Amino acid sequence: MSFWNRHKIFEKNATILIGGILVVIAIGGLVEITPLFYLKSTIEAVDGVRPYTPLELAGRNIYVREGCYLCHSQMIRPLRDEVERYGHYSLAAESMYDHPFQWGSKRTGPDLARVGAKYSDDWHVRHLVNPRAIVPRSVMPGYPSLAATELELEDVAAHLRTNRAIGVPYTDDQIAHAKADLKAQLDPDAADAEAFQKRYPNALVHSFDGKAGQPTELDALVAYLQMLGTLVDFKLYDEKANLR
Amino acid sequence: MTNVSAGAKSMTIGEATLWPLFAVLAFLCLIGAGFAHDAPFAFHASLGCAASIAAAFAILNRYYDRPAKPPPQEINGRPNYNLGPIKFASVAAMFWGIAGFAVGLIIASQLAWPALNLDLPWTSFGRLRPLHTSAVIFAFGGNVLIATSFYVVQKTCRTRLAGDLAPWFVVLGYNFFILIAGTGYLLGVTQSKEYAEPEWYADLWLTIVWVTYLLVFLATLVKRKEPHIFVANWFYLAFIVTIAVLHLGNNPALPVSVFGSKSYIAWGGVQDAMFQWWYGHNAVGFFLTAGFLAIMYYFIPKRAERPIYSYRLSIIHFWALIFLYIWAGPHHLHYTALPDWAQTLGMTFSIMLWMPSWGGMINGLMTLSGAWDKLRTDPVLRMLVVSVAFYGMSTFEGPIMAIKVVNSLSHYTDWTIGHVHSGALGWVGFVSFGALYCLVPWAWNRNGLYSLKLVNWHFWIATLGIVLYISAMWVSGILQGLMWRAYTSLGFLEYSFIETVEAMHPFYIIRAAGGALFLIGALIMAFNLWMTVKAGEAEEARAAGRLQPAE
Repeated sequence: MSFWNRHKIFEKNATILIGGILVVIAIGGLVEITPLFYLKSTIEAVDGVRPYTPLELAGRNIYVREGCYLCHSQMIRPLRDEVERYGHYSLAAESMYDHPFQWGSKRTGPDLARVGAKYSDDWHVRHLVNPRAIVPRSVMPGYPSLAATELELEDVAAHLRTNRAIGVPYTDDQIAHAKADLKAQLDPDAADAEAFQKRYPNALVHSFDGKAGQPTELDALVAYLQMLGTLVDFKLYDEKANLR
Repeated sequence: MTNVSAGAKSMTIGEATLWPLFAVLAFLCLIGAGFAHDAPFAFHASLGCAASIAAAFAILNRYYDRPAKPPPQEINGRPNYNLGPIKFASVAAMFWGIAGFAVGLIIASQLAWPALNLDLPWTSFGRLRPLHTSAVIFAFGGNVLIATSFYVVQKTCRTRLAGDLAPWFVVLGYNFFILIAGTGYLLGVTQSKEYAEPEWYADLWLTIVWVTYLLVFLATLVKRKEPHIFVANWFYLAFIVTIAVLHLGNNPALPVSVFGSKSYIAWGGVQDAMFQWWYGHNAVGFFLTAGFLAIMYYFIPKRAERPIYSYRLSIIHFWALIFLYIWAGPHHLHYTALPDWAQTLGMTFSIMLWMPSWGGMINGLMTLSGAWDKLRTDPVLRMLVVSVAFYGMSTFEGPIMAIKVVNSLSHYTDWTIGHVHSGALGWVGFVSFGALYCLVPWAWNRNGLYSLKLVNWHFWIATLGIVLYISAMWVSGILQGLMWRAYTSLGFLEYSFIETVEAMHPFYIIRAAGGALFLIGALIMAFNLWMTVKAGEAEEARAAGRLQPAE
């Protein structure tokens, strides 16, 4: 009887009730979230992972804008069939510079965590413009307007600066050259291609949409897709090292 | 709150501060529109400017038109309930519900016939899908919750809603948020965090509106005339305060420019994933569960005219549910790069969550003890009770899907979509419909609904739709999950990805048909409610006398 009587304090006082609710709902979140900011497995750096190039970041923003995550995951689980279908399972470090994360929750289309370098640029260009021209039974929407839309170039550096403010380690050098780097990644013959690749190791320098002229949204999106999952060289990984 | 002397009219503190605030806001929005970096931001700033001017004008106009004295708290010793905002939110709920179901039908059809994407940016699946989820969860569900919570808190506290302009600010401000969010999705303004898609300025606006909502609700509780806070209000309060915490935790973002729509979320990678599903699962747990359980705890006893089955069970139900739900988020991240211990915690608490969920279901269903016969004569009560049955079903299915081995099959497939919809259509949808069928005659002071026969039609058409929907998704989900992991006798993966997509086609058509039936049911409902407001109880009911329960 006493227990039920004691509960009356919550039933008769709205402030105590709201205090009780806040305490009760805080516990689970604190226990599950706080450690992720200092545990090694969630904050370790892995060789090869670097911030996105300005062009890749612009492409990623188009991926975010169009809601691609609603049909494509970017998270390969360590299950036999997934590793065989998509490649090495995803590491936490591979999405450490992702704001927001795009792991997704549904695979109406295939996982894209390691789609980079799997198909040619030309394949992506045709597929994005008209998916059923390449894959007849695909249910993906076509995005012909990407090819026709020029990329917004004015605030490239501002995007990098904003990312730096929230913890992505862009250097002053990278921010200063942001706009030039974006163009350099599209032009293999550019004079500053070498300096660009020094700033962003392993970045692909292609004319992604196959056309000269102003960078388009299609250029950026293909550049992003082509680098997905390619930064970590798993051949260097010693699987036996962590066996216990 | 007022400084009215007899006869002389003067502004309330609310009126005197709010109209200049809206005037300033209109000016700021005008600057925002002028300096905007992108077209959607300019559009939204213009909308904000127009809405602010309208709000300032409406407040001033109301001041000139209203009598000198504020509305009395009581008339003849009975509370003078504030029903205006409730009526608005009820109508908005019906409107957004139909819009949300219709967009759902469109995107379901796009998956069956991709040509319907029209290959235009504004009509592609990726932009319409958040419009669908936000319209049904936040616009339809949110307006139902605001309408019912404002009604229930007044009735069970036997006092007029706190605040004069504040309740209207909550209702109108919330619907303005929906408008900004929804048009934003179509224009490509999104954070791409599931169920938290609105960009930074919409999030800021929602924070202001939501805190006001909390204050109105809390202040009404504080000035109650009843000694106890009724159980439904515990659930409403937990829903409102937890959604505030979740919204703030999941959405801290830094805009690239204060004159642009794009922002970057402060969290990244694993941390962002955990924050997102801590938020995402508890949007289910507190928005779609705790809030609607409050509806169950008020409307079912009221409609069945029976007391709640067990008061002690509701105490256990309440605290266990809100404590356990918060932990369940990581079950959305099984086998991902999230640490295993977090996944295991998420799984364990999800399974434990089954108990309070079913405790609540039992409490709701057993409330009908001695009144089960009413199910035969009252289709509204039937809708409410079936919603609780669906709640039981999907809270049984959920813990099963949260088990890691089951999740390895079900995750990323349509099984999840089916699970969500058995909860969303069956539980949230039906309990909302039932509540609105009760609330509209009460709020508009009608004897009863225009037609119970139409409620009956709505019930059966919608139920058939749900059955088609969820069974199609079970089959397609499990089928696709099995196809992805199928091996040939030689040890190769048996199916290419596109073969598994092709196999989904017939089920996507069945699902769209189920969704169409659900939409038709809602249209029947809208007609019925419209006629209830316009004409009151229909001839059929008056001629036959009120339906009598069987003895």
